[in-house]
Amino acid sequence: MRTRPPIAVAAARLAGRISRATGHGGTALPGLIAQRLDPKLLGDLLQQLPLGHALISATNGKTTTAHLVGAMLREAGQRPLGNQAGSNLERGLLAALLARTDARGRLRAVDTTVGVFEVDEATLPAVIEAAAPRVVALGNLFRDQLDRYGEVDWVAALWSKVVQQLSDRTTAVLNADDPLVASLGREAKCGTVYYGIEDLAVARPSRPHASDSHACPSCGRDYTYAGVFYSHLGHYRCGPCGRERPRPQVYATQVHARGLGGCTAHIDTPEGSFALDLRLPGLYNLHNALAATATALALGAPLDAIQRALAGMAPAFGRGETAEVAGRQVSILLVKNPVGFSETLGAVFEEAGQRHMLLALNDGIADGRDVSWIWDADVDPARGRCATLVIGGRRAHDLALRFKYAAESPGEDGPEPIVVAGDVRQALDAALERTPRGETLYVLPTYTAMLELREIIARRAGLRRFWDTG
Amino acid sequence: MTRRLVLIHLFPTLMNLYGDRGNILCLERRCRWRGIELEIRSLGLGDAFDPEDADLVFIGGSQDREQRAVARDLLEVKGPGLTRAAEEGTVILAVCGGYQLLGHSYRPAEGETLEGLGIFDARTEHPGPSARRCIGNVLLQWQDQTLVGFENHGGRTYLGPAARPLGRVLAGHGNNGRDGTEGAVWNRCFGTYLHGSLLPKNPRFADHLIALALARRHGDSELEPLDDALERDAHAWAARVAKGDGLLAWLAEKGRYLVRAATVRER
Repeated sequence: MRTRPPIAVAAARLAGRISRATGHGGTALPGLIAQRLDPKLLGDLLQQLPLGHALISATNGKTTTAHLVGAMLREAGQRPLGNQAGSNLERGLLAALLARTDARGRLRAVDTTVGVFEVDEATLPAVIEAAAPRVVALGNLFRDQLDRYGEVDWVAALWSKVVQQLSDRTTAVLNADDPLVASLGREAKCGTVYYGIEDLAVARPSRPHASDSHACPSCGRDYTYAGVFYSHLGHYRCGPCGRERPRPQVYATQVHARGLGGCTAHIDTPEGSFALDLRLPGLYNLHNALAATATALALGAPLDAIQRALAGMAPAFGRGETAEVAGRQVSILLVKNPVGFSETLGAVFEEAGQRHMLLALNDGIADGRDVSWIWDADVDPARGRCATLVIGGRRAHDLALRFKYAAESPGEDGPEPIVVAGDVRQALDAALERTPRGETLYVLPTYTAMLELREIIARRAGLRRFWDTG
Repeated sequence: MTRRLVLIHLFPTLMNLYGDRGNILCLERRCRWRGIELEIRSLGLGDAFDPEDADLVFIGGSQDREQRAVARDLLEVKGPGLTRAAEEGTVILAVCGGYQLLGHSYRPAEGETLEGLGIFDARTEHPGPSARRCIGNVLLQWQDQTLVGFENHGGRTYLGPAARPLGRVLAGHGNNGRDGTEGAVWNRCFGTYLHGSLLPKNPRFADHLIALALARRHGDSELEPLDDALERDAHAWAARVAKGDGLLAWLAEKGRYLVRAATVRER
């Protein structure tokens, strides 16, 4: 280990202290400063983790998966260190590590400390280069923030390169149901573990329109699907070249979905099997649970600890959290892209009845400046079933148009949405006012709208501030 | 008598990069709400294109990988029919990647130059993998009004003398970020880089396309007005964002946030 000039560490620690003292958490600022002053610090600190570290990336589900892995490792008696409350860029990992670093740049870690980090899709190569991880878990690739990354293919090519370079000391945990992700394992030198859903009873026969990667990367033809779980995830096969979904080693059978209530399933792993009762909403969270199970197993957690953690799991930050505000239950479900939006609406409306809804669309950099993606989402589950529909955020009108054009005739889906463009606080008040006491308001915001709304809701409901969670 | 139109959607699964589906939905609904029947037919790779069928044609954007397969299909399978349709006055709307392929040629960041159909007198060149993409909200002067949308393209398009631009750039990059033009118009063919989706926030442009198609098929381009209050609000809001009022609002918001951070420790 190199000795660090203490200046980067000292500056970062000072920034962290000031930031916390002003009550703003400032989860990434110390990391940003340290990264600027000493680009090699991240690798140095990662290498000091006694039990190594796991990296988790995906377009959707990385926060939840990392959250699950952390809980599993805690149940197994390890001391996971993660970045779930903060940034998933290099600076966020650094900030999390620096919070446990002494003035001389040494990680204050006990011998059961292990790193579990969620990493932005495009940042993954730099983080892998900084220090070789024990596990890299890759969940899915959807179109998300194309204005930032250009094209899904570009991220796929980046990942392909980085997976090829992993040595046999790393295990790649790959989603068998996502053809783009599964194909990464074909020529890898590292160990691979695939996970997936084996039960086609919960699949749809054909692909809905919000799909991304439907063409076989080796021959360019469309895959044929025996069943689709959502978007392009399912049981696929390429007729012309014979490529097909790999058989997963960690998989779910006998799946019974309960919408927002989660699902039950039978989980098989190389270490044995168990009955899963998951309280996280939607089929996408079953994929997250499988990814977390495979990752925790690769990090040496025993199966009973994994099972206990899954059974006790509450939703992660802004991903299905519920709070009570003024006598109403408020459930916050982050949406970031067409697939997430479609699947979340599907889960909210899975059980019969009307719902009170607040949707908030922002166009900040962290949301994606381009709001075109809403046209790729399937909003049909919500049509005609909103007792309240308030639409807020900076691009509220765009989202209201999405609903207007979903209706075959004007007014067919019930009263027009209430558009409160701009400040999300006013939109929240408008929605709460229209939700009777004792009922639930479902809040589906994009990322920056979620941060704003959660802060307001947390203050009113007495939730912990987000940098205190996880 | 019910007026009928046929819209041919080219390569709906390959050329659907970002929200282009909203354009189809917008045309369909704005016809339906006026009692005009718009039949939508999808054509994929290898499917023949019959110019007799089409009143409107739509082609969207894609990633480079799909664009190669589509370029080959356009040249070898659909090219002659599509060119004839364009010459005979069929209404064609081509967005982003589709727009590039209806020009003479597209030179991607890497790999061979793709030959286009040459419906637009336009050439597109990608300045290379390290060049900045043209990304952001766009505001155009179109006829006596404005168009709003979002652009995201690496290629720079340059128009020849036979193509008119769709509009003048008021904010954003447009065709190439240099000459102030955006899109291309030839006969009743319209090419543009604007996503958004383009048509829902620009209802008068959507109606312009429908009216052109009606005039050609039925000789009667009359369109009863619709309640476009929400569309106008969305248009105005997007125009403000494009003009940078959005940036000012953002700065004001952050300013308030910083002031609060400096003065209030904890509520």
